[in-house]
Amino acid sequence: MNATGKKRKKLNLNVDVHHLARVEGHGNIKVRVADGVLAEARWEIVETPRFFEVMLKGKHYATAGILTARICGICSVGHCLASVRATEDAFGIAVPQPAARLRLLAKHGETLQSHVLHLFFLAAPDFLGLPSAIPLVESKPDVFSLAARLKGLGNRICDVVAGRSLHPVSIQVGGMAKLPDKHLLRELKFQLERAIDDLGSTVELLRTFEIPDFQRETEFVSLKAERDYPFIGGRLLSTDGAEAAESDYRAMTNEYVTEDNTSKWCKLSRRSFAVGALARLNNNYHRLHPKARVAAVEFDLTPVCHNPFMNNVAQLVECVHVVHDSIRIIDELLDAPSDGTMAEVKPKAGRGVAAVEVPRGILYHEYEYDDRGRIVRANCIIPTTQNNANIHHDLSALVEQFAVEGMTDQRLELLCSMLVRAYDPCISCSVH
Amino acid sequence: MRHLNIDQKRPRIAVFDFTGCEGCQLQLANKEETLGAFLSAIEVVNFREASSAAGDDYEVALIDGAISRPDEIPRIEAIRRQAKLLVAMGSCACFGGVHKLKNACDLDEANREVYGDCPKETIPTMAIGDVVPVDLRILGCPPTKDEIERVVQHLVWDLPLPSYGYPVCVQCKQRYTVCRFDVGELCLGPITRAGCNAPCPAGGLGCWGCRGPAQIPNYEEFFDLAGQRGFARQEIDERLGFFGGFEEVI
Repeated sequence: MNATGKKRKKLNLNVDVHHLARVEGHGNIKVRVADGVLAEARWEIVETPRFFEVMLKGKHYATAGILTARICGICSVGHCLASVRATEDAFGIAVPQPAARLRLLAKHGETLQSHVLHLFFLAAPDFLGLPSAIPLVESKPDVFSLAARLKGLGNRICDVVAGRSLHPVSIQVGGMAKLPDKHLLRELKFQLERAIDDLGSTVELLRTFEIPDFQRETEFVSLKAERDYPFIGGRLLSTDGAEAAESDYRAMTNEYVTEDNTSKWCKLSRRSFAVGALARLNNNYHRLHPKARVAAVEFDLTPVCHNPFMNNVAQLVECVHVVHDSIRIIDELLDAPSDGTMAEVKPKAGRGVAAVEVPRGILYHEYEYDDRGRIVRANCIIPTTQNNANIHHDLSALVEQFAVEGMTDQRLELLCSMLVRAYDPCISCSVH
Repeated sequence: MRHLNIDQKRPRIAVFDFTGCEGCQLQLANKEETLGAFLSAIEVVNFREASSAAGDDYEVALIDGAISRPDEIPRIEAIRRQAKLLVAMGSCACFGGVHKLKNACDLDEANREVYGDCPKETIPTMAIGDVVPVDLRILGCPPTKDEIERVVQHLVWDLPLPSYGYPVCVQCKQRYTVCRFDVGELCLGPITRAGCNAPCPAGGLGCWGCRGPAQIPNYEEFFDLAGQRGFARQEIDERLGFFGGFEEVI
């Protein structure tokens, strides 16, 4: 109200978040609404650049997976897998069947660990009105132990299959360095079967969350299912109809440098696109495990869903998928003869590309090798790098929808923060 | 929380990240079977990756990552002024970690290669201890949650800090792991400080020395052994340089 009280005051809003909390890495949100008009809505990446692609030059092929795992603590299994697969592509190596199964199992372990970490520890506090998940230890011990059990199971799978959950050791060029003992696989299967009830409780919990009603038409990019819900290798697909071979990943990413960000940005058919659980689900819904589709239906999540906040739900649906699929893989491993898990590795000059669906979306590694098996040139394109432009453009649309009478700086800050968190950004990854 | 009717100290802890993968922070949330008890034993005052509550009245600062951009220097200096105890957590904080590999490159050229005409600010990578005094180091890439818990137990109950003078080889023997040299691979286990419980050799990978040198590393014997097994000095030096912990010998 102005002094006379007759004219309504125009809406003015300011959001300035420096180093957003509960995301991996360092990003800022800046929003300004002046006199009811959106003046600025920005998502800025200010993470320290690390130059991994330069560090990879001259490195021996056996070093690449160990080094690139260090791009990201949360998805180190995914980076290591993309790295060894790119090298195997360059050298023309096909990994033995048991190794392929073990890799997918490790991938599933990481997906479960990462999604549960995001859902309970990064995203849930906003919906529960808490600064973090830590108070749950005292206030809701059953919810806390539910999260701890599921996350612990994800890590346990990686420990057994990849030798360690964080920075794996057994995923190597040619296959897997060891086959886990069968009794450990049986124990994992037992724990996975018990986790099905825990996932049911998680569905119940998420159904109590009020997911903001926001849509912005978006292009979604992921691997394309050939037979199974895709995680490791294959063709690339977008909901706008773009399709490419794994080796043509550059046509699907179109990475470019911006002045204000240490992360690059990407575009495809529109000025931005999205990757991640929601993109995978939008493109491959019918390849989900039937039980995972049941979970999706509980939230009315069907393709193509354009609400980015539903990425949280898509992650939960994928948790259901990977738990059921892990049981299938373990059954196959237990039935199969204990064949070798390593193919012979002979370096040769050439180029190799790998696309792997890591928790936050599709990840690409490309290496060019000389004939001694040393890297001449490397390129890594990270899921969050692909999402950054989309987050930025979502912010404008979100503010335009919600900057109405009654909105406060504090509530808008929470909404904007929740939007960014819904993408589960891995910012240090995106600035590798 | 009370044990044996005694009120225990709850150290006020903050966690800060610099140049790195943030995996050390992730380790804080791992080892789920003791996570509730771990979080109850401490007061988390500032931990951006896990909480939107941010306080400045911390006593203990856990530092994840190395220093590789000018703005990180005043930031770590301010943390040093506040913290009674500053803990470098992981290989990046302790030695500079894999990020030191970029120091071998021309940084202007590296910038051009990655960012073209929009270069970003960067400086040669330094360990935290190169910039401010460090009180405690938790080694490893990643450090084990066990060791992080031991530091917290030291702060809460004055239990002795873990100390491993001996090399990784000892822990391989303790868990009956086949020696990586015996399967024809290079391994830095004979000279690297133990405490990790040797997960890499057990998982089929020779040690890469992420924890730096053992207390009294026998370099001479190690180079002799590796030479006899046919490994060239270049390969050994590349591995010694990987995590930045062996600068004294390369």
